[in-house]
Amino acid sequence: MSAVTTLIIQTQSASRLPCRGKVGMATLIIAESAIFAIFVVAYLFYAGKSLTGPTPREVLNPPIFFSICLLSSSLTIHFATKFLERGRRGAFLGLLSLTILLGGLFLYGTAREWYRLIYEHGLTISTNLFGTTYYSLVGLHAFHVTAGLLMLSIVLLFGLAGRVAPEQAGRVDVLSLYWHFVDAVWVVVFTVVYVVAR
Amino acid sequence: MSSDAMAIHAAEVGAGRPWVQTLHEWVTTVDHKRLGILYVLLALIFLIIGGIEAIVIRIQLMRPHNDFVSPQVFNRMFTMHGTTMIFFVIMPVMFGFANYLVPLMIGARDMAFPRLNAFGFWLTAFGGLLLYFSFVGGNGLYGAGNAPDVGWFAYAPLTSRAFSVGHSTDFWTIAVLVSGFGSIATAINIITTVLCLRCPGMTLSRMPLLAWMNLVMAALVILAVSPLTAAQIMLSIDRYLGGHFFDTQAGGSAALWMHFFWIFGHPEVYVLVIPAFAFASEIIPVFSRKPIFGYPAMVAATVCIGFISMAVWAHHMFTIGMNSMANTFFVLTTMIIAVPTGIKIFNWLGTMWGGRIQFKTAMLFCVGFLFQFLIAGLTGVMLGTAPFNWQLGNSYFVIAHFHYVIVGGIMFCLFGAFYYWFPKVTGRMLNETLGKLHFWLFFIGFHLTFDTMHIPGVLGMPRRIYTYEPGRGWDTWNLIIGIGAFIQGLAILIFVANLVFSYFRGSKAGNDPWDAWTLEWSVSSPPPSYNFASIPTVSSRRPLWDRKHPEDPDNRYE
Repeated sequence: MSAVTTLIIQTQSASRLPCRGKVGMATLIIAESAIFAIFVVAYLFYAGKSLTGPTPREVLNPPIFFSICLLSSSLTIHFATKFLERGRRGAFLGLLSLTILLGGLFLYGTAREWYRLIYEHGLTISTNLFGTTYYSLVGLHAFHVTAGLLMLSIVLLFGLAGRVAPEQAGRVDVLSLYWHFVDAVWVVVFTVVYVVAR
Repeated sequence: MSSDAMAIHAAEVGAGRPWVQTLHEWVTTVDHKRLGILYVLLALIFLIIGGIEAIVIRIQLMRPHNDFVSPQVFNRMFTMHGTTMIFFVIMPVMFGFANYLVPLMIGARDMAFPRLNAFGFWLTAFGGLLLYFSFVGGNGLYGAGNAPDVGWFAYAPLTSRAFSVGHSTDFWTIAVLVSGFGSIATAINIITTVLCLRCPGMTLSRMPLLAWMNLVMAALVILAVSPLTAAQIMLSIDRYLGGHFFDTQAGGSAALWMHFFWIFGHPEVYVLVIPAFAFASEIIPVFSRKPIFGYPAMVAATVCIGFISMAVWAHHMFTIGMNSMANTFFVLTTMIIAVPTGIKIFNWLGTMWGGRIQFKTAMLFCVGFLFQFLIAGLTGVMLGTAPFNWQLGNSYFVIAHFHYVIVGGIMFCLFGAFYYWFPKVTGRMLNETLGKLHFWLFFIGFHLTFDTMHIPGVLGMPRRIYTYEPGRGWDTWNLIIGIGAFIQGLAILIFVANLVFSYFRGSKAGNDPWDAWTLEWSVSSPPPSYNFASIPTVSSRRPLWDRKHPEDPDNRYE
């Protein structure tokens, strides 16, 4: 009797314990969200409190196209992982490359906007409170995109070298969680910067 | 323990091998037990340093018009004392114990991410080195100041370039930032370990309270240290890139820094005290020879404290002039958090009630903790009342209150934990005679210092004051406080001597010197590097009780 119960307990708890990669990444995401939350609070708190111009209304244009690029890259990484699970290496590598391309496009968009703001409108991080909070918040996000792109590129390099097998799909899935997080944060940042506090 | 295991251990620690090899093994280790020991040793070194800084402060204040150190050095001393004790003593020591004990208690072979674990430790260690390197490197090109002198919460605009030239504040910022990343890494590790690596049968409702409380502590680290990280990044942007986050000249707000700091700062108190609760919750039952009273209530109270602690931060800020809505809200949340804390105190008392209490040194420290923490909580409720706080905020009453929490509560539990788990870690008992001497000296020194410290606070002595006029009624109290500080210092020296002496000469501990009930006592002392030869299966909250008393297992009653 007791042996049977032990066995049942064993199988139950073995199946119930979550995967450590996912839990670890989820915890990291919560920590990162807290960091972003503080930057968002600072942005909203200082909205409209700059003593000098330029103001967001004068200089900001919503980067609709580049935002669509970033958000759709969530889809591509999702399907890339699915294809990896099924062992379709070509589709996996193609979609992974597309993800990196879309993420890269987004970064290019941020860079172009910053170039325009700095050289046409003279807005730098030390110009006024808007500049300080804007470059910090958007820059923090761009930094996370960059980190994600580096990690995705490493996976791509390993994939091209033939070192990513379906057994590693779980790990790529963990990375895709991070990428989804970067996208989700952009929804918040976009709403705050280009819609609410404009 | 069998002699084979001892022999294996002797081979492991490297008897007869070149010391460089042993050193290399310790530096490159990813074993949770070794990292735990490294964390604790790091914290002990910083405890001595931070203690010396406290002694310097107390010597300076022992009599009026003293000039033992210059005002500048005094400012550095209290800043470094606070920063060191919070970030480089108590946090690392708690992480050390969590690292060492959590995998053993939940029947796992290591933490979930061993290399991340090592990464977290070395970030903390280098953060501490960076902080103290400021004594040498802080001068920079400016020749102005060396160590940080802006206070441990570094209020704006004191930290702006105009008021803090040189690099001292930058050393503080970067040291706290770097060790913060280390803390977040370790917290991720603890959470993942507890959620994913429990042995078969170890459901959440059977997990030892130490694991539960460290889970809550790690969650708080995630939610509290991250805002501090964000705030430190902002401060660096202000100081290096000319940003205006906390620049009042450009419309920035000094109060925002206070909010960001205390959003970290208050949960941080619970990050430090919840592991102390964890020690008490393991030690008190064993030395009362009874299972913990009200296990589910303990878990619920801990989780409650975790949640509420995130909504009380502005009770550190009553004196800055918030509106009455905010004042009322933070007064109420502060009062409410006393409820789950009170539940815990009742549960520990309930555990002791009717038990056959053994007053070993570990238990003495925990009993001291119980009563001192109660008093600390009571002065906390007093200070949590806004009008009272307006009168005594930023006075020595506040200093007395939070040292009562940190020394009288946390440090007492921590010493208890040292006496309780030292046999497991080293295989030798800590000397009980020296331990009792340590306890009584520290107890007397603590009460001399921190009981009396309330009084100059009530008499109007502000915190961080360099010196004072005679005849205000503060003189004698400060003298007594200083004498108490020396007695505590002496007690710490006895403790360190005991650690060293017992490590070499202590009596052999065996696997289970306390006749305890959690899994770490089922393996040899010190445990083998793989922890468990075969992963254990548990069926109650006290797996070792079940093994020792198969005729009367615990799961009948749970």
